[in-house]
Parts: sequence; C-alpha cells; structure tokens
Amino acid sequence: MTRKQKRIAVIFGGLAFLGAATALTFVALGQKASYFYMPGDLVSADVQPGQRIRLGGIVEKGSIARGQDATVTFAVTDTAETVNVSYKGILPDLFREEQGVITEGSFGPDGGFVADSVLAKHDENYMPREVADSLKEKGLWQHNE
Amino acid sequence: MVEIGHFALVLALALGLVQMTVPLIGARLRDERMMAVAGPVTLAGFAFTALSFAILTMAYARSDFSLQNVWENSHSLKPMLYKITGVWGNHEGSMLLWVLILTFFGALVAIFGRNLPTTLRATVLAVQGSVGVAFFLFILITSNPFTRLSPAPVEGRDLNPILQDIGLAIHPPLLYLGYVGFSVSFAFSVAALIEGRIDAAWARWVRPWTLVAWVFLTGGIAMGSYWAYYELGWGGFWFWDPVENASFMPWLAGTALLHSAIVMEKRSALKIWTLLLAILTFSLSLLGTFLVRSGVLTSVHAFATDPSRGVFILCILMLFIGGSLALFALRASSLTQGGLFQPISREGALVLNNLFLTTATATVFIGTLYPLLVEALSGDKISVGPPFFNLTFIPLMVPLLLLVPFGPLLAWKRGDALAAAQRLMFAFAAALVAAMVTAFLIDGSSAIAAFGVGLAVWLMIGSLTDLAVKAGLGNVKPSVAWRRFVGLPRSVFGTALAHLGLGLTVLGLVGAICFGTESVLTMKPEQITELSGKRVRFDNVVPVQGPNYTDERAHFSLLGPAGEVRREIWSSRRFYPVRQMNTTEAGIATLGFSQLYISIGETTESGLVVRLWWKPFVTLIWGGGLVMMAGGTLSLLDRRLRVGAPARRSRKSAAKPAVEAA
Repeated sequence: MTRKQKRIAVIFGGLAFLGAATALTFVALGQKASYFYMPGDLVSADVQPGQRIRLGGIVEKGSIARGQDATVTFAVTDTAETVNVSYKGILPDLFREEQGVITEGSFGPDGGFVADSVLAKHDENYMPREVADSLKEKGLWQHNE
Repeated sequence: MVEIGHFALVLALALGLVQMTVPLIGARLRDERMMAVAGPVTLAGFAFTALSFAILTMAYARSDFSLQNVWENSHSLKPMLYKITGVWGNHEGSMLLWVLILTFFGALVAIFGRNLPTTLRATVLAVQGSVGVAFFLFILITSNPFTRLSPAPVEGRDLNPILQDIGLAIHPPLLYLGYVGFSVSFAFSVAALIEGRIDAAWARWVRPWTLVAWVFLTGGIAMGSYWAYYELGWGGFWFWDPVENASFMPWLAGTALLHSAIVMEKRSALKIWTLLLAILTFSLSLLGTFLVRSGVLTSVHAFATDPSRGVFILCILMLFIGGSLALFALRASSLTQGGLFQPISREGALVLNNLFLTTATATVFIGTLYPLLVEALSGDKISVGPPFFNLTFIPLMVPLLLLVPFGPLLAWKRGDALAAAQRLMFAFAAALVAAMVTAFLIDGSSAIAAFGVGLAVWLMIGSLTDLAVKAGLGNVKPSVAWRRFVGLPRSVFGTALAHLGLGLTVLGLVGAICFGTESVLTMKPEQITELSGKRVRFDNVVPVQGPNYTDERAHFSLLGPAGEVRREIWSSRRFYPVRQMNTTEAGIATLGFSQLYISIGETTESGLVVRLWWKPFVTLIWGGGLVMMAGGTLSLLDRRLRVGAPARRSRKSAAKPAVEAA
C-alpha cells in the first residue's frame, strides 16, 4: 500500500466512523433525549402516555400522601398548573413540601404521572436549577434563605 | 501564619511567570544559562505551592474559622480525617490541590528529565509553567482560599455531609493525578510543535507519562463510581451525569492516546495523530475542570456558583485549547511522517482502536454539551439522559470489545488475521459456551444478557490467549513454554492484564444490569422478605449518636436456609444538624463477587420503607478497574521503558502525592 492509498483508506475509514456516530447521535437525540417539562408546559405540549419525560416543579403543600407498601403520591406544581405524581420507593433526603423536585417517568393511561425516580438536590437552599430557572421566568421565584 | 500560605501562593505565581518565559526564550536563543533556570524554578514553584497547601491544611486541622474557606466548610466537631479531606471538599481548596498536583508533575519532569535534550526540557517546563500561571491567577483572583473573616466566627458551617466519607480522601486526589497527569504529555506535545520536530526521546517519554496519568484516572473514576454507589443509596454506579462524563471523556481519549503512543514508540508511525490526541486529552481534562468548577452544572461537585469563575475558566480553556490547536495547525505539517503499514497489522488494529475510542469520546462529548448549547442558544432546557448514551456509546463499544483480543495477536507491519482467528478459537468456543449456558439458565429470556456474558468471557480468555500464544503453549514442551512465559516482557503482561480487567468490568456490568433484582416495600420489625432467593429479616431500628450527626440505624439479618443469621447488615439515615441535612448510608453485604444492598427511607404507618437490591457480580465493575490499573502499572515497570527513560523512578514518585495530600 502506498502512502497515498493509505491516506485515502484512513480518510474513508474516519468518515465512515464519523457518519456512523452522527447517525447514532441523531437517532438518539430524536427519540430518546428525555425532555424537561413544568406542569404548565404540559398544557400545550403533546406528551403521549408512556413517553418518558422529566417533570419538575414544587411539591405542593399538603399534597404528600402515603399509600400502601411504600407508594407515595404528591402533587407537583408551578403554581399555575398541578400534576399528580405517584412514586414507589425511597424519597430523597431533601424531598419535602414547597421544595423543588424533579421526577422522571411517564404518564399512565389514567392521566396520572408515574415516576420511577425522584431527585432533589443535596443542599439546603436548593432547588433543581432547571426548576429554578423556569420559575424565575414565570416570575414565581422566591429566595428562601 | 495563614498569610504565609497566601504569600507562598503569590510567590509560586511569580516563579511560574519566570518558568514560562525565561527557559522558552533561552531555548530559542540556545542560551544554556537561561534554559538552566527551568529546573530550579520549577522545583521552587512546587515547594511554595506545597507550603501553601500545607498551611491551608493546618488551618483546617486547627479549625481556624477566621478563614472564610474554613468557616464555610468545616466544623470543630468534625472528625480529624474529614477536617483534612475537607481541604479539597470545596471549590477553592480543590483548585489548590489541582495546581499542587500540576506543579508536582512539573517537578517530576524537572527531576527525571535531566537526560532529555536541554531545549526540549526547557520548553516542556515552560509550557507546564504557563498552565500553572493560568490556574494560580484563577485561584488568586476568583477563588482565594486564604480570604479572612473579621470578626472570626466561633463555629463553622460544616462540610456537606455527603462528602464526609473516606471516599473524599481517595477519589479527588486520584482523579486529579489522572486529569493533571495528562498535562505532561500535553506539554511535551506543545513543546514538540514549538520546536518543530519529534525526536526519539520525545516518543519514549510520552507513553510512560500517559500511562501514569491513565492509571490514576482509572482509579479515580472507579473510586468515584463506588463512592456514589454506596453513599447515594440509589443502588446505581454510573448515571451518565455530566460530571461523570467530564472525567470519562479524558479517560476515553487517554486510553486512545495510550494505544497510539505504542505505535509511535515502536514503529515511529502515527506521530502527528498521537500529538493531536495528547493535546485533545488534556483539553478534555481542562473541559472537565470547567464543567465541574464553573457552576454550569448542578451537582454535588459544583460547590459554589459564581459567574466570574466560569468566565475565567472558560478563558483559560479557550487560551490553551485554541492556542495549542492553532499551533498544531501551523506546525504539524512540518513534522516528519512515520513508517508504513498494512491495514491488517498491529498498527492497523491500534488505529481502529483509536477510531472507536475517539468516536465514542465524541458521542459522550455531544451528549454532555448539547443540552448546555441548546440552553445557551434557545433557552430550551433538555436533559440528555442514559437512553442517549445507551443508544450511542454502547453500539460503538461492542465492536471495539469484540476486536480487542485480535490486536495483540497481530504482527507489526503486516499481520495475519486468519492465524489470529485460529489462535482465538478456544476463546471463541469458551465465550459461546458461556453465552449458551447463560441463555439456558435464564430460559432465553434475555438475548442481551447472554451476549454480554459471552462478550466478557471472550475478552477475558482472549487476553489470556495472547500470553499462551506468546509463550508457545502447545507448540513447545511445557517446561520451555513456562520459561518463555516467565521471560515475556512485562508490557505484554500489562496489556493482557488490562484487557482482562476490561472483561471483568464488562462481566460486572452485565451481572448488575441484566441479572440484578430489586424490591421496595414497607417492613415492620421481625418481618422477613425474600429477594432472588435471599431471605432478609428486618430486626429493629437503633438510634446512634455520632460526633457531628445522629444516626437512625436499621438492623437487618441475612438468613440462611435454616433460619440462622448468616450476615448482619446495618443501613442507616444520618441527620447532620449543622446543615440540617440527611444522608443515606446504604447497608451492603458482599457475598462472593455479588452484593446485597439495602437502603432505608422514612418510617411510615405501615412500617419502615426499605429498598433492597440484589446485584450479582457487581464488585467486578470496580475490581476490573483495579486489574486495569495493575496492568498499567506492570507495563510501566517494563525493562524497555527503563532504558534511557527513567520511567521506573518516576512511577515510584508518582505515588507520592496521595500520601502528601492526605
């Protein structure tokens, strides 16, 4: 193989890899990137039951209820709209009323949101940044120092 | 007293300014005296940085709350270990550790590089110095750990409880030794571009230094993963979190660099590519520092957010990445081309490895930065999660892993793929059997699981096959084969061991992901639950008072077949009053390579919320990492590397900072 042939082979090989990676990336971003929504966004957004999303907001005061066998239901709100969430598992240490929260899961056929993970940040004055920024945009931000 | 630390840091900056200019000018002018400045100045810079770090550590040990940094991150009741590890458990202190390690590597180059060509040594140290200067400025201007408070508070605000763990003593120093260790091959690459030539000494130096950094980075990532696993109480070991990706990208690029450096060292081919990879690897380390330290991401690693810091690091990032890549574009064409090789050859295999690894790095890069980019441009928030990486990263890794055993079996320059395949027949058969047995055991319910087990066995047996083939097992008498086996170069053992470790990690991942089970339930005392045939009894909850926390400790018993207690497991929730925070301390019982993992939640009316996981072979994930580190270390001990390049001594000293920092 001459130097020129080698160079051509390397370039084509590289392009093939680049192409494969680009294709994979686009497919993955198109289908599977799980998007972040606030309850208010869901009114206009077309979110199908079963589609995996992240739902963020504030845990509504007085909405936390414990059901049988480690199931917890609570409401996530951005003060305008509210979504009921059910979750089976251990809540994060900083999960509490009127604190920011991000849940990940999908809507069930009955319209309730079934979360398989619940995140709250590990810091006292904390609100997940995605939530904080969205609340600031809506003018609902309050600093709880 | 504390001011001495501050002054030492300023002096280190001044020395850094000398280090980055005088030797560089000297190298251009061929002025021996100016170049000779490099060594002593580098050593002095390291000494002053170490002094500064030591004084900050002392302030922590003494709980000197007149320092804002100590006040914010320490507490007089905190155990001494966490007072000391707390030095780098915050933004300012961790940046100080970063430059300490940078100057440490500079000092190593100064000490062990005496037999390098003088101009190369001077230029390398100058480049190292310039990186140091940027970060000294960053610390002094935006993140000074020596800022005083007046009047001094009586009590500190305590360290984030999540960080109060032995993991903090190990994970960041190892990770930084890896991250920053890549600065050496970066400095060598930039120096080669400045000098406009790549000589033999250069090629011999890059591989051992990359290897040192790679070994530490492997350890740092594995340790970080295990720490997150047992501390967060989620039972997960890798979340594709941007901060994890920040350390994973340099690792992937560094692994590629390690392999291309072999080609360069042995066959003096791929020189320009290796040089580019060295630049990219350290650039990714810098990017990682930026992502973690700038506050663009929220995570347990982002200690404080201050926009000015982000902008400053971004400037450093653009200066070094942009500068080095511009230099590359200008000068790379003047460098000489290396030897030729056939596509099917050891070189060809290593090129393929590089293509896979760099492409994989690129997908992780996109998955990590795309959401930030979208947010910056359109304000939309998207979060790219594990599904993205599973769809992009795994399809790229599987073919690479399938090809790994072939590489070492191919000859340099012109290899014989068929012969290699024949030699791998046994490994292939073993993998096939393993996959079929797995499929049989699980009733064919998961093709991926069976394939995964087969892949892991293929990797493990395949890497051992290389040793057997090189020893001539089956072709010569066993005694001769044994003599040959013992006489094999250590780097051959290193390669086999590192690839074996990779196989072990794959097995651990497959075991934990495909065969793991979990259950969530509420339990009352004396209640027994069963998970994958393991019977677990919840006994009671005991309150325990720790030095700076209160503990709600739940006692579980793993029961044997006759109801006897086989293992006691404690799982607890800790409350740290100073920060008003809870942490979860998972209860873990290791059975063979597998683990039973229990974390607890709150006590409700129907009992204690308990989440149990059974994780088969999970410890192999990190065990494989340790084996990879052992392989890398063994490769460093290779006799070949000791001739002309004192890598052996440098490796020994490279283990020092972990001790020093602790």
